[in-house]
Amino acid sequence: MTQKRHILPGFHLSLGWTVTWLSLIVLVPLAALIGKTFSGGWHHFWETITDPQVVATYRISFGLSLVSALINGFFGFLAAWIFARYEFPGRKLLEAATDLPFALPTAVAGIALTALYSPNEWIGKYLAPLGIHVAFTPLGVLIAMTFIGFPFVVRAVQPVITELSADVEEAAACLGASRWQTIRHVVLPPLLPALLTGVIMAYGRAVGEYGSIVFISGNIPFKTEITPLMIVSKLEQYDYTGAAAIGFTMLIASLVIVLIGNKLQSWGNRFRKHS
Amino acid sequence: MASFIDFRNPPGSDNRADRLIRATSEPLWIRRLLIGSVLAFFILFLALPLLVVFQGALAKGIGTFLRSFTDRDILHSIQITLLVAVIAVPANALFGIAAAWAITRFQFWGRQLLLALIDLPLWVSPVIGGLIYVLLYGRRGYLGPWLQAHDIRIIFALPGMVLATTFVTFPFVARSLIPLMQAQGCEEEEAALTLGAGGFDILRRITLPKIKWGFFYGLILCNARAMGEFGAVSVVSAKISGMTNTMPLEIERLYTDYLFASAFAVASALSLLALVTLSLKTFAEWENKRQFEAGQRSTLEPTIETAP
Repeated sequence: MTQKRHILPGFHLSLGWTVTWLSLIVLVPLAALIGKTFSGGWHHFWETITDPQVVATYRISFGLSLVSALINGFFGFLAAWIFARYEFPGRKLLEAATDLPFALPTAVAGIALTALYSPNEWIGKYLAPLGIHVAFTPLGVLIAMTFIGFPFVVRAVQPVITELSADVEEAAACLGASRWQTIRHVVLPPLLPALLTGVIMAYGRAVGEYGSIVFISGNIPFKTEITPLMIVSKLEQYDYTGAAAIGFTMLIASLVIVLIGNKLQSWGNRFRKHS
Repeated sequence: MASFIDFRNPPGSDNRADRLIRATSEPLWIRRLLIGSVLAFFILFLALPLLVVFQGALAKGIGTFLRSFTDRDILHSIQITLLVAVIAVPANALFGIAAAWAITRFQFWGRQLLLALIDLPLWVSPVIGGLIYVLLYGRRGYLGPWLQAHDIRIIFALPGMVLATTFVTFPFVARSLIPLMQAQGCEEEEAALTLGAGGFDILRRITLPKIKWGFFYGLILCNARAMGEFGAVSVVSAKISGMTNTMPLEIERLYTDYLFASAFAVASALSLLALVTLSLKTFAEWENKRQFEAGQRSTLEPTIETAP
């Protein structure tokens, strides 16, 4: 988009500032993470990240996050669809409210969800007689993960639905396709990359989430502990190398998730009219 | 091609044109079912958590609620939160303008890599945002011994909390400016240059007015995150009430001490901040769109959260 332009002033100043600030805030501290990770040797690194208690947290952080991302894929898609296609009272309000999980501090979300689902509280008291316990169980972790990941799918899918050309749907209808056939074969295929991108981003966010989960999870070892909590508890024991090892592992995992997301997004952009 | 079918207002009358309309929209009962299930999801996951915060804050009466805000430790946590935001937000705002200027106005080697690195804090766990500073400045970190010898405290003190907050809010302003300035192009800046304007004149009188709503959008999101950050800050803070607790950390302290009314009182203040942020953000999106539609199509989408 930009051509080779060096006419405008401020190249050295702006780039210099950018790189300096980036180095101070991100690059140098990140180098410390990588350095500390391997300062204890490969063996120690491997031992830390395959410790049974840590491995148990992967099931929660990477497994449950996937479930939450799929739930968000479903409801996020529905929300994006009705925002883009239907007119109903309160639509604008719901659209604005979609980003609440981005704006609400995670600690607030954490205590609010815990309060809602504790056995004597608003929702918990109706679930407890049914034998469903949410607070301090993996189900609670799942609910917190679903809460914080919700906006990603809506934000990824809605612009693509808006851009969809109506012509093809009309054509499909004119050719005798039922509404379900039109959606299945004409509408959904171009939306799939955006939907998957949104799901992957919700997944990435849920994997790294800390604040909203630690209150409702109760942090029970081998049951509801999440991987970021392992970093915190290693740091509390002044085990810097151990904390770095787990942090490095999470960093690589997040990098892989984000790369998959980027691939999906550039795949999806090929289907879009603009860009 | 403009469509003659209005997706949003399928009329209810039954004629031949209406058959086609129904063929490109869903039957009424499905539409109602979809809207109903999304509404249920919103109530369950978004509305009830907000309500429970305000209910919890006011559960013991308005007097208790107000008294919470005269508590010395809570007041101190509000001060710390404001102080951290006052340092971190302007720092990242200046960085955002510089980064957006460099990336959108010039072509250079490593530009894509730079973009990717700016995004990094968006996708790593916030806990890592605290961890990396502990590893660098902590007692057993790389610079720990030197800092201790010179009696400088970064970790478990205010500088560490500012650094961790700066890390997690690092991309917000840059990410909302870059797509906007990319789409706007720089013809006007170049025109100003040929007319003899200097660099800062161009920035102040040409660029900033053009990007003001995108800038505002980035600022309020940056501020909301800075004031609400929990994971990164909890790792680098000593978590001593009245000393190094921000509002989110104070919420945790009050909650684990079973002081629920006070915990929810502080939480309600932060929820109010979130609601104000959401309204301002929506307003900025509208204004930006209006300002921009005169020129080109809006570029505030995808929002910074959706672009990984």
